[in-house]
Amino acid sequence: MTKVILETRGISKSFGALQASKDVSIDLRAGEIHALIGPNGAGKSTLIKQIAGSLAPDAGQVFLNGQDVTALKTAARAKRGLGRTFQISALAMEDTVLQNVTLGALGAGASPFQFWRAALDDQAMRAVAEDALQRVGLQDHASAMTAELSHGQRRQLEVAVALTLKPRAFVMDEPMAGLGTEGSKRLTVFLDGLRAEAPILLVEHDMDAVFALADRISVLVYGEVIATGTVHEIRTNPDVRAAYLGDEE
Amino acid sequence: MTRESLFNIVMMSLLILFPLWAWIADEPFMITLATKAVILALAGVGLNIALGLGGLVSLGHAAFFGIGGYAMGILASHAQSYSPILESPFLIEGTKSMPVIWLVAIISSGLAALAIGVLSLRTTGVYFIMITLAFGQMLFFFSISWPAYGGEDGLPIYVRNGFPGLNTLDPIQFYGICFAILAVVLFFCARLAKSPFGLALNAARQTAERVETVGISPYRLRLAAFTISGMITGLAGALFADLNRFVSPTMFSWQTSGEIMVFVILGGVARLFGPVVGAALFILLEHLLGGLSDYWHIYLGLLLLLIVLFARGGVIGTFAGKGANHD
Repeated sequence: MTKVILETRGISKSFGALQASKDVSIDLRAGEIHALIGPNGAGKSTLIKQIAGSLAPDAGQVFLNGQDVTALKTAARAKRGLGRTFQISALAMEDTVLQNVTLGALGAGASPFQFWRAALDDQAMRAVAEDALQRVGLQDHASAMTAELSHGQRRQLEVAVALTLKPRAFVMDEPMAGLGTEGSKRLTVFLDGLRAEAPILLVEHDMDAVFALADRISVLVYGEVIATGTVHEIRTNPDVRAAYLGDEE
Repeated sequence: MTRESLFNIVMMSLLILFPLWAWIADEPFMITLATKAVILALAGVGLNIALGLGGLVSLGHAAFFGIGGYAMGILASHAQSYSPILESPFLIEGTKSMPVIWLVAIISSGLAALAIGVLSLRTTGVYFIMITLAFGQMLFFFSISWPAYGGEDGLPIYVRNGFPGLNTLDPIQFYGICFAILAVVLFFCARLAKSPFGLALNAARQTAERVETVGISPYRLRLAAFTISGMITGLAGALFADLNRFVSPTMFSWQTSGEIMVFVILGGVARLFGPVVGAALFILLEHLLGGLSDYWHIYLGLLLLLIVLFARGGVIGTFAGKGANHD
C-alpha cells in the first residue's frame, strides 16, 4: 500500500454554534494529488488551517510522516516538511521577489539568527531561491518588487516559496484563484509534475483543474466529508452531485 | 548611489564637520549640543530596530535608557565614594571606566529587554504598546522610591568617567567617543538590515503568517530584535548619564520613551539615519525655540503632525523618496 504522508484523524472544530469541521479523516499518499472540494463555507480553509497548525482543532489529530504533529505550531510543522500556499497571497509586498523566495530558503536551511552577512550573498540560499523562481517561471522578475507583480505572478511566487522548503507534502489553498484560463493551464501542468516530488493536498474551485489533476477527491459539505474517491467515483456520486457538482446533463 | 545614501553621507559629514567647527571656534557648548544629539540618536537607532525593522511600537524604551543611565550612576557613585556595591557573598566595586560601564549597561538593559520582551511580545497592537509603557512606568516609580541612589532627586556624579588614553572632560574628545560608538552601531544596523535576521524580521513585520509557514518563529525573531534594540538604547542611556554627570527618574519616564519615538518618526521610520536626523532636528529646535518659550514642544508637536500627515517617510523620506521599507 502507498505510504501515507499526511493524515487527519477525526478533526473537529466549532466556532460557537457553527461546526466548521466534523470528524474529518482524510489522508494524502505519496505521489498523489488529493483534491478537497466543496461549496463556499464548507470548511475547507478551516481544515487547511488546522492541518498547517495556525488553528488548533477541538478534537482529532494531524499526522505528518506518521508522527503526531497536532501539538506543534505552524513553524515546527513547516520544519518537518509541510509546505503551504495561501488562498490570499501572504507575501512580503515591500520586498523583492528574490527576497521572498530567499526567506523560504532561509527557513529550510540555515538559522535566521545570523546578523552580519548579507542574506542575498549566501550562495547556497541564493541557488535554492533562484532555482525555485526558475521552476515557476519568475526568473526574470527576481529583482522586481513583489507589490508590482500581477495577481497570477503572486500565485506563482507563493508556489516558489513553498518549493524552496523542499517539503514532504504540499497543502495548497486555491492556487488557481484568479489566474485566468492560460495561467490555470500552466499551473495545472506544473502541479502535475510536482506530485512526484511531494504529494499535494489541493483545495480548488477550478473543477477543470481538479478533474485533470486529482488522483482522489474528497468532498466537504458543512464541515463533513461526504465522499472520497477517484474522479469518476466523485463525478458519478449522486450525493456529491446533489450537494455540490450539480447535474452535468 | 541612491539619494538616501547621498543624504546619509551628507549627514555623517555634518556630524564630523559641525563639532570640528565648534572646536576650532572655541564653542564648547555647541560641541555638547552635538554630543547630546549623537547620544539621543543612538537611543533612537536602538528603537528603530524594534520599530522600523520589527514593527514593534514600544512605548517603554525609556526603561532601557534609564537602566543604562543608572548602570553608569550606580557604578560611578560607588567608585566616587570608595564604597563597594556588594560585599558578600562576593565583592563588587564601583568603577569609573567607561568601557566597563558600557558593558554593564548593555548587559543589564539587554536582560531587562529580554524579560520584558518575553512577556510583552505575546501581545500585539495596542496591548503591546500598553504593556511596554507599563514596564517603563514600573521602573520609573521604582527609581523614584529608591533613596539609596537619589530617589526623586536623582543622582549627581561629580567626575566624568574615564576612557583609556583620552581626556573625557574635553568636550571634543568625549564627542569623538560618542560619535565613534554611533558610527559602529549604524554600521552594525546597516549589516543587520540585510542579514538573514533582518530579512526574516522585516518579513515578519509584513506577514507573520508567511514567516511561520517557512519554519521560522516570528516570536523569536521579535524577541531577539527587542533585546538588541534595548541593549543599544541602554548604551545610549549610559552615555547620556555621563554627558550630564547626572541620572534621574526622568530617564525612565514615558515622555522619554515618547521623545525617542519622535526622533525615529521625525527622521524616518526604518531609515538607517532616520533617528540621527530626528535627534539632530529635536536638539536644533530645542536650542532655537527653547530660548523663545518654555512651551517650545508645541512647535515640535506641530512639526510632528505635519510629518505624520504629509511626509510619512519623515525628513529622509521627503528628501530621498520612498525607500524599500515602509513609510
